Amino acid sequence: MTAYLLRRLLGLVPVLVGVTLLIFFLTRVIPGDPATAMLGQRAAPNLVQRLRTDLGLDRPLFLNLPKARETGVWTDVLDSQYFSYMSGLLRLDLGRSIYTLIPIAESLRHRFAATFELTLAAMVFAVAVGLPAGVLAATRRGTFADTAIMLLALSGVSFPVFWLAIIMIYVFSVTLGWLPPSGRLSIGMSVDQVTGMYVLDSLLRGRLDVAIDAARHLVMPALALGTIPLAIVVRMTRSAMLDVLGQDYVRTARSKGLSERRVVRVHALRNALLPVVTVIGLSFGSLLSGALLTETVFSWPGIGRWVYDAIAARDYPVIQGGVLFVAVMFAVVNLLVDMTYALIDPRIQYS
Amino acid sequence: MSDVPAAVTVAPSVRGRSLAADAFRRFFKHPTGLVGLFIVGFFVVISLLAPVLKPYDAARDRDLRARLAPPSAERWFGADELGRDQFTRVWHGGRISLRVGLLAVAFAAVTGTVLGLASGYVGGWLDTFIVWLMDIVLAFPGVLLAIVIVATLGPNLTNALIAIAVTQVPLYTRIVRSVVLSVRETEFVQAAKALGSNSLGVVFKHVLPNSLSPLIVQLTLSIGTAILDVAALGFLGLGAQPPQPEWGLMIRDGFTQFLRAPWMSIFPGIAIFLSVVGFNLLGDAIRDVLDPRLRDA
Repeated sequence: MTAYLLRRLLGLVPVLVGVTLLIFFLTRVIPGDPATAMLGQRAAPNLVQRLRTDLGLDRPLFLNLPKARETGVWTDVLDSQYFSYMSGLLRLDLGRSIYTLIPIAESLRHRFAATFELTLAAMVFAVAVGLPAGVLAATRRGTFADTAIMLLALSGVSFPVFWLAIIMIYVFSVTLGWLPPSGRLSIGMSVDQVTGMYVLDSLLRGRLDVAIDAARHLVMPALALGTIPLAIVVRMTRSAMLDVLGQDYVRTARSKGLSERRVVRVHALRNALLPVVTVIGLSFGSLLSGALLTETVFSWPGIGRWVYDAIAARDYPVIQGGVLFVAVMFAVVNLLVDMTYALIDPRIQYS
Repeated sequence: MSDVPAAVTVAPSVRGRSLAADAFRRFFKHPTGLVGLFIVGFFVVISLLAPVLKPYDAARDRDLRARLAPPSAERWFGADELGRDQFTRVWHGGRISLRVGLLAVAFAAVTGTVLGLASGYVGGWLDTFIVWLMDIVLAFPGVLLAIVIVATLGPNLTNALIAIAVTQVPLYTRIVRSVVLSVRETEFVQAAKALGSNSLGVVFKHVLPNSLSPLIVQLTLSIGTAILDVAALGFLGLGAQPPQPEWGLMIRDGFTQFLRAPWMSIFPGIAIFLSVVGFNLLGDAIRDVLDPRLRDA
């Protein structure tokens, strides 16, 4: 298991290096230059030039051949924007936002906590509703309930998430006035941050009123974000259950005279869980980034919205840091999913 | 080959139905597949007929007397803040979504197939390199890479198409590569090679036909995803630009007005939903028909 884990981690290295190369290349080709963007179109050219030097934007992107030729020291080839960025990365220094000068790593912590809280709530919703619905559809195969559940699941993957979010705001905030339309807390409320997840933090501090307020803000974004994984969990649970219910050992269990409930829960569900856990894990990973649209509609201050704003502002370090972080998280979650296989199914051996 | 005895050739009457005919027969017994086919057909037909039945020039469309008019018998879907008839715009929006969705998927499928063939067939460093590239693309979840690409190339519909296509290339590369790897070692391919058939011949005779069913299934299901992605980019302001009647962009406009004119966002969303459901139903049905082993998956 350890050897397997190590090999998988090593295998991630070239992919993540490729990701940094791609992000770096893409962000530098983005039309417009942050120095001009910061100083305005009519700024004096020498000021723009000085800022470019300060930000390191006047150096070559990947290889600094001119400098190496000039000084004769070959290591000066590495005095380029990409290698400064990479050496920073190795020291876990992601740089600072060009505009706010706040270190990326610091913003990431808050932003990630917000996205993580949202993603977690969305997945809890998706699994809590999706798993029983999938089991129900499989055990009542071909009935009205099965057809209805599968049609709803199909709809779930066909909605544009941002549209669903807007409709929810219209119905539950504007028309009914039940839930707040945006943000994480009402004005005047505050949370002593521990984990950065507001509901949890306010409970830890014993502030039930704040926890309820934070939870009310969380409901709609979580439901909107959770629709796609919900649909995926339902479909996967149903097909895995159907597969297992046709196996010989299920027939044996039934012929032993076990109750149908016990056959489904103990003999079938447990064996059907493996593919379901896979899709839950994969959805969780993609939600961490896919939250971008949901976060935009609900003004949720997470990573997706942060990256989106940074793209509009050409804030290179923020785009690089945010996108790289999402890619790393995605890879790590996928790895964890593989690792959990062994916990659920002891037959799986990693070599 | 003139000395092959005539008796070896199989008389046509002995042959059963062809695989394709069999698949068609099964498809027409698939209720949800037929619903999907109907929805997709509906969108294709009305999109093709739009310029004939209701010519539309987005650049000139303006009727300030009808600003934010609610849905009525005259304007089924209401009007937006420029008084533009939303029914006409949603109708013409279908042309954009279908065209971009189909083109993006076609582009991704062709590129992905070529890369997959090269990867599996040539092998060696080229295989390692292509797999590395695909892993990099797959390291970006969802629509994130498309967003960064469009931000780089500049926000417009063509670049959105390219960006969406890029994110879908690995799906096809993986399918084709795995078919190549499994077919390459089979005896009939070894035999074909031994008989002097060249690589290209093997590819066209054996690899592509064997990749066809998973490719067709992936194509149909990807069109739905592509339509959703086009709309998402449009909604973020990174896809179609005003005054194009693109569904995602219309929802974006509607979002700023939705207290006064909710119909502006409701109808384009329903159009997206219906077209995507259509392609998903169709794709699921084609998968059932082409590969009975995957049924209910």
